[in-house]
Amino acid sequence: MAEYEPVLLRRVGKPNSQSIETYLADGGYGALTRAVTTLTPEQVVETIKASGLRGRGGAGFPTGLKWTFLPKNHPGPIYLCVNADESEPCTFNNRVLMEEDPHQVLEGTILAAYATRAWVAYIYLRYEYGRCFRTMQQAIQEAYAKGFLGRDILGRGFHLDVYLHRGAGAYICGEETGLIESLEGKRAWPRIKPPFPAVEGAFRKPTVVNNVETLACVTHIMDRGVEWFRSIGVPPDPRNPRDAGSYGPKLYNISGHVNRPGTVELPLGVTVRELVDKHGGGVWKGRKAKGCIPGGISMGLMTEAEFDTPLDFNGPSKVGCLGLGTGAVTVFDEQTSIADVLYNICRFFAHESCGQCTPCREGTGWMLKMADRIRRGQGRLEDLEILREIGNAIGIMPGTTICGLADGAGWPVKNAITKFRAEFEELIRRGVRREPLVGSGSH
Amino acid sequence: MSLLSEELRQKILAYVPRYPRKQAVTLPALHLVHDALRCVPRQAIEEIAELLDLHPAEVHDTMSFYGFFRDENNPLGQTRLWVCRSLACMLRGGEELLAYLSDKLGIAPGQTTADGKISLEFAECLGGCDGAPCVLVNDEHRMNVTLDRADQLLDELRR
Repeated sequence: MAEYEPVLLRRVGKPNSQSIETYLADGGYGALTRAVTTLTPEQVVETIKASGLRGRGGAGFPTGLKWTFLPKNHPGPIYLCVNADESEPCTFNNRVLMEEDPHQVLEGTILAAYATRAWVAYIYLRYEYGRCFRTMQQAIQEAYAKGFLGRDILGRGFHLDVYLHRGAGAYICGEETGLIESLEGKRAWPRIKPPFPAVEGAFRKPTVVNNVETLACVTHIMDRGVEWFRSIGVPPDPRNPRDAGSYGPKLYNISGHVNRPGTVELPLGVTVRELVDKHGGGVWKGRKAKGCIPGGISMGLMTEAEFDTPLDFNGPSKVGCLGLGTGAVTVFDEQTSIADVLYNICRFFAHESCGQCTPCREGTGWMLKMADRIRRGQGRLEDLEILREIGNAIGIMPGTTICGLADGAGWPVKNAITKFRAEFEELIRRGVRREPLVGSGSH
Repeated sequence: MSLLSEELRQKILAYVPRYPRKQAVTLPALHLVHDALRCVPRQAIEEIAELLDLHPAEVHDTMSFYGFFRDENNPLGQTRLWVCRSLACMLRGGEELLAYLSDKLGIAPGQTTADGKISLEFAECLGGCDGAPCVLVNDEHRMNVTLDRADQLLDELRR
């Protein structure tokens, strides 16, 4: 196959990639102009539906279909929320997009607002992304000045205001109803669904929540067309009638024990091995990989033997992972203790569980305590079974929590115990007491 | 007498037209106050509540959820230094960096140096994994802060 030419990243790293002049000179806002002047909102929705675009934030829900869930002929207001709360560990592609090329994100936002007849778009941005805040703020001002935002956009009676709304360091705000609650000024406790946001979302009005990378894809689909998008990636599995396919480019993040951590844009379906060896420069220090997390830590763990798995919407689940997730691969080498990896992951979820549902709040804490004693060489063999049981019992899939945070907390635990069992058993039998790395106070 | 300056009150009120409900201004207001006063004192909570037609308990409920805002008993120093401890940074020395900085500054995460210059924090994934170990200086990433570069960073922040 010919080398893939990046589209979403093609301006990244070029001089003045953030400015509207650079963007306009490269054909920017052409897709918006064509859509608003020649297409109805319904035609934009149909185009995105036909493209097969699926949400890039982790769940992979078809974007066009999500838009059709809004009530028809609603008197308004309808809100668009841009989920820029990118907090899944090891994921940073939204940061690169917003820092380096904010206008393609903004153009996608305006296109989505046109398609969904939204009057106001809130970009919910994690606080830690200060540079993104400033580049996006600048981009929004420039777009207002050029008439791509505000009243009567392109003279077609389309009005849109876009506001940046900064978070305050909580992972749960990436869950779409947690995001909405946080936007409303409350604690970010996810809502019980239904009603789904499309029916009753922000400020109790119909709301669409879309991820940053998803909206950047919308820009390019409206610019280059459905055929272009569907010529990239993996078509649906004919043996699986429910598979919607994995079309389009994806921004993959590579980090951890590789020679060249970074972001690469490739057709959906690249294997972990190709990502690591070709695009990540191989495992560092001439070592071998022990495994990786395939798409953010919520998606579980892969062993090195599973690295030929394609990273499309179906691949990771074939080796027992939760899904594609965010496409963020973090490699750990053969010298890494799996107990340290497990502890780090458990600590994250125990810290970030919002505390609303008891199984998650308590379960993540129990898992952390067990992972901690295992890594200190004080574990017991039965801990492995208990960890697996908790991992199976907490989450939206077993029906014990409101949102999916706990599913993501349990999955890497289950994968670790199943796939690296021998190493855990050996560590427990040896009972080597090790001091933890850092006196960083509490977990 | 009000704790929030007129300027700060106007900045908060400028957010009101953006949202259909005033409560949505809670987070922007907390950020503005926190930046200006280096903490959100109890009296500021009451004044924000009054500006936004809320009960002080509602503002406090939101504020305390995030673990981001400091109260008057533990105000921030000039610079808030967040050190990432999540997986991608941990694999490349994030934990050692946090221990080193903690040791050098003589404070634990959550504390501020006696001269009021640096508040040290641990952070969950900062989204700077391509530059692990990474830190956040207030809200700007610094990438590849290996141990040998940590002193340089501290010198810069102490200036």
